[in-house]
Amino acid sequence: MALCTFWIDGKEYRAEEGTNLIDAAKENGVFIPSLCYFKHIDPPLGTCRTCTCRIDGRYDPACTAYVCEGLKIEVNTPELLDMRKALVEMMFAEGNHFCPACEKSGNCNLQHMGYELGISVTRFPHLFKDHLIDYQPKRMVMEHNRCIKCKRCIEEVFTYDNKKVFTAINRGNDTMIGIDYEQEAKLTDEQAVNAMTICPTGAIIVRGKSMAKPFGDRSFDMVSAQKQFKRPILDKPNRVNFEKKVIATVSLAGCFGCHMSLLDIDDEILDVAELVSFNKSPLTDIKSFTQRCHLGLVEGGCCNTENIETLKKFREMCDILVVMGECAVWGGLPAMRNTIPLAECLEEAYLNCVTSETGETTVPYHEDLPKILDRIYACNEIVKVDYTIPGCPPSATHIWKVVKSLLWGEDYSLLYSEFKYD
Amino acid sequence: MRTDAAQKFFSIEPDRSRLLSELWDRQLSDRYITDEVIQQLAGKYNVSEIEIEGVVTFYHFFHRKPAGKHTIYINNSIVAELKGYQRIREAFEQETGARIGYTDPSGTFGLFETPCIGLSDQEPAALIDFYPFTNLNALKIKDIIRKLKEGKTAAEICDAPDDHIRFLPANQHTLFFAPYVRGVAVNKLKDFNSEGIIEQLRISELAGRGGAFFPTWKKWESCRKENSPDKFIICNADEGEPGTFKDRVLLNNQPGSVLEGMIIAAFAVGADYGVIYLRGEYRWLKKKLEEEIEHFYAEGLLGKNVAGIDGFNIDIRLEIGAGAYVCGEETALLESMEGKRGEPRTKWFYPVQKGYLQLPTVVNNVETFVAVARLIQVGSFEYQKRGIPGSNGTKLISISGDCNKPGIYEIEWGMTVAELLDHCEAIDPFYIQVSGPSGEVISIKEKYRRISMLDLLAQKDIRCGGSFMIFNSKRDIVNILMNFSEFFKHESCGVCTPCRAGNFIIQRKLERLKNGLADSSDVLELKSWGQILRTTSRCGLGRTSTNSIIQALEKFEDYFAQRFLSSSTGYRKFDEHHAVEEYERYKP
Ligand SMILES: Cc1cc2nc3c(=O)[nH]c(=O)nc-3n(C[C@H](O)[C@H](O)[C@H](O)COP(=O)(O)O)c2cc1C
Ligand code: SF4
Ligand code: SF4
Ligand code: SF4
Ligand code: FES
Repeated sequence: MALCTFWIDGKEYRAEEGTNLIDAAKENGVFIPSLCYFKHIDPPLGTCRTCTCRIDGRYDPACTAYVCEGLKIEVNTPELLDMRKALVEMMFAEGNHFCPACEKSGNCNLQHMGYELGISVTRFPHLFKDHLIDYQPKRMVMEHNRCIKCKRCIEEVFTYDNKKVFTAINRGNDTMIGIDYEQEAKLTDEQAVNAMTICPTGAIIVRGKSMAKPFGDRSFDMVSAQKQFKRPILDKPNRVNFEKKVIATVSLAGCFGCHMSLLDIDDEILDVAELVSFNKSPLTDIKSFTQRCHLGLVEGGCCNTENIETLKKFREMCDILVVMGECAVWGGLPAMRNTIPLAECLEEAYLNCVTSETGETTVPYHEDLPKILDRIYACNEIVKVDYTIPGCPPSATHIWKVVKSLLWGEDYSLLYSEFKYD
Repeated sequence: MRTDAAQKFFSIEPDRSRLLSELWDRQLSDRYITDEVIQQLAGKYNVSEIEIEGVVTFYHFFHRKPAGKHTIYINNSIVAELKGYQRIREAFEQETGARIGYTDPSGTFGLFETPCIGLSDQEPAALIDFYPFTNLNALKIKDIIRKLKEGKTAAEICDAPDDHIRFLPANQHTLFFAPYVRGVAVNKLKDFNSEGIIEQLRISELAGRGGAFFPTWKKWESCRKENSPDKFIICNADEGEPGTFKDRVLLNNQPGSVLEGMIIAAFAVGADYGVIYLRGEYRWLKKKLEEEIEHFYAEGLLGKNVAGIDGFNIDIRLEIGAGAYVCGEETALLESMEGKRGEPRTKWFYPVQKGYLQLPTVVNNVETFVAVARLIQVGSFEYQKRGIPGSNGTKLISISGDCNKPGIYEIEWGMTVAELLDHCEAIDPFYIQVSGPSGEVISIKEKYRRISMLDLLAQKDIRCGGSFMIFNSKRDIVNILMNFSEFFKHESCGVCTPCRAGNFIIQRKLERLKNGLADSSDVLELKSWGQILRTTSRCGLGRTSTNSIIQALEKFEDYFAQRFLSSSTGYRKFDEHHAVEEYERYKP
């Protein structure tokens, strides 16, 4: 076929006429995010909408468009960048994604797209809907908490007698991917693994087939698909006029992992010690604020009334409030309980667990004990949060780059490999 | 009445097109779709069971658990809510012993909610075994349930919904409700060739009445030009937009005109087949339509050499939807007819190129077909005497809500909102929802705007798709928006992220507003999120689902500003009492 000329954001490019827009852009070094798009599936699915661009003036997904002579496409306008980011954020808000506990972490397209788009927190409230984890299929486990309903599996996975194994069932917000147990059992090993591989998330897990690879070797650990992951540093940092600043830190409903990470900066810690002093913090063991602080670093969300009180105190006493780590950002691992009613959690833990004897135990309740909330609340549901650092835990360099930037205006560039959710 | 699957399908239709009909038959006879039926159908169509399951669970009138010997659907639309939904729901629960979503222990009655059933002019209303029961109250419900328990059938005791045609244009300008004589419009075809018909439509500037106002002649012309021996005419009678019931009235009052419009279309584009896709909520109109179709065959208006025109053959059959608003979207409708989930197609072919069974297909609204029949009958010259320049003809508007005379209004294009509100005796109108939840919000301050097709972007004149829902100044706007949002969340086909997840998220946000936990930043977020759904969704459902929210926030700014102040503290509003309520139960 003939070459054609098309325009992306006012720049001229060429590709073979009829090439899928996503591929044509990629060939020319322009990154258009995509999730459901999968080269072999024709017609393209067009379900996730993360590739939405403005094509000849209309907002349409790039994956369902083909380049032709004179086609004009807007890809990287601020509006479109934000819109595409919002769509991926929506997927995180819709499902229940606990990356540190997910088999696919590091090899997951959704997670990867989260990094590429620089999502540090979803703007949407997490829905915390209780999705099924289906252990019934013979060979697979369907983790519906992670499925983004992209339909790749529906269109790609067939038995030898050409029957579908997956199909969408229900409608509206209850839509989920149903799996046919009978057909699933007929899949060969290879077909099953293929299903797991084409799934862009960790929703399809094949029993006995591990995806584990060492950290650093996984598909999306090191390199970004974009030429520039983050804008480069413009000027050399100017370290002359560093004024010493006061920081407070706290761990609410977290595991102290973020604090551990905070200290994990090797000899730079000496550098830091010169620049900041800690007020209220587990690092100093100062229990209550003795002065106003320039910056507060919060780990963990709120699981009880005491967390709420502490967080509010932080908001009051700190000029800038930064939350670090998934738990603080949106609930994180403790939020695994958010899809389960509180009573069920408490009774399982205190009354019905294997080690408790019937009638011998109670759910603790005392006026001196903080009260447990119905679910974990993210920090920004309780107070206004100024900045968020994602990660479970965030890497030490990420945290300190943010802190230095906020306190002394030090410009920084974050590496793709430093921006991680797990 | 014959069963759905027993009707004559067209010879070019594959077996799979019968799936919905077969499911309907099983639903009506067994009261749910059993595992055995799923197995059987999977075997019959040689697909996996999950594929059948996927179709069944898409449509909310197909149940996978027994839905009672008598299945009751209460309408939960916003108009029903105003008119006493809560009370009649309680009455039904009390009389039947069933809770919403379940059957009573004996399995006699199943009680369910469903979105608008197209009877907004006579709410509260319900469908029992798909027969209409209108203007309900506790006493009437008691009586109905007693009779059903005594062994009467719903068909015997149902109401015959009134057409409530309240207003016709002056000077005998009515088009839709002029006396109907069978065959008059179709017999005019002898005076035309296909281009001639399309030319009539073009001169009259007839535009589609299904909401998008697409010029009908253009659609027909492209279909006419398609080189294919087989083409389809489909009448979209899926009228699902809450508050709209004009198509119901036309189907009931003018079934012949609907058929004639379709026959004219078939003549113009060269189609041999026609299908009326009737929404499941209107099953009670099935008999009437089938009888009319039979009359047409008997009088030579359907079948071979129609109206004595050599070689002009057209057959029409009925297809019945099964509860899915999105199937009104034309490509979802086509999928549904093919026996699949009603998921809108990605749009690189228009139905006129590749529609039903990938064949050229014209999809038009019921009102469009009736308008065509009447236009051909009276001629474009006479037609153009109605309305205003650039917006010829008349329009049907369904009016409901806070007014004394809910019903159907046939207006000439160009009438102002104020006049229309006068005619229907609106009571303290304040907030008006035009063309349904996916349409437009207008405030009473805009009552001098005209209703016409002139303004593409609807900045000056209002392009009304077919309904006015009127709300007085005491109505809670957040409540209205919550009802709409619940509707879209439920009716989204679930294919694309912004609509499936977005509408749920929007609903959560509205809940915050309702519970007094929001401030001005939440209001701003709602607007910006609404915009995301508008631009990124695949089909019209998602793209319009936040229209009302965005417009209400703009047009009733004061209303929202008063209630949702910006907060100056660093704290967010938080209901701690509610958050610890569950734990407090463990207090010794
Ligand atoms: C979500 C959605 C629902 C729709 N519902 C209907 C409907 O109930 N009836 C209808 O005629 N058109 C409906 N439409 C419009 C149809 O897609 C189509 O435009 C129309 O049937 C074309 O007919 P017309 O040109 O005569 O208006 C709907 C569109 C969308 C996006
Ligand atoms: S790795 Fe991917 S699928 Fe797994 S929890 Fe994270 S985002 Fe979800
Ligand atoms: S299971 Fe995986 S491949 Fe299938 S729809 Fe869900 S995310 Fe997509
Ligand atoms: S916008 Fe909504 S109804 Fe339309 S395709 Fe997307 S999910 Fe389905
Ligand atoms: S990649 Fe284009 S819609 Fe999913």
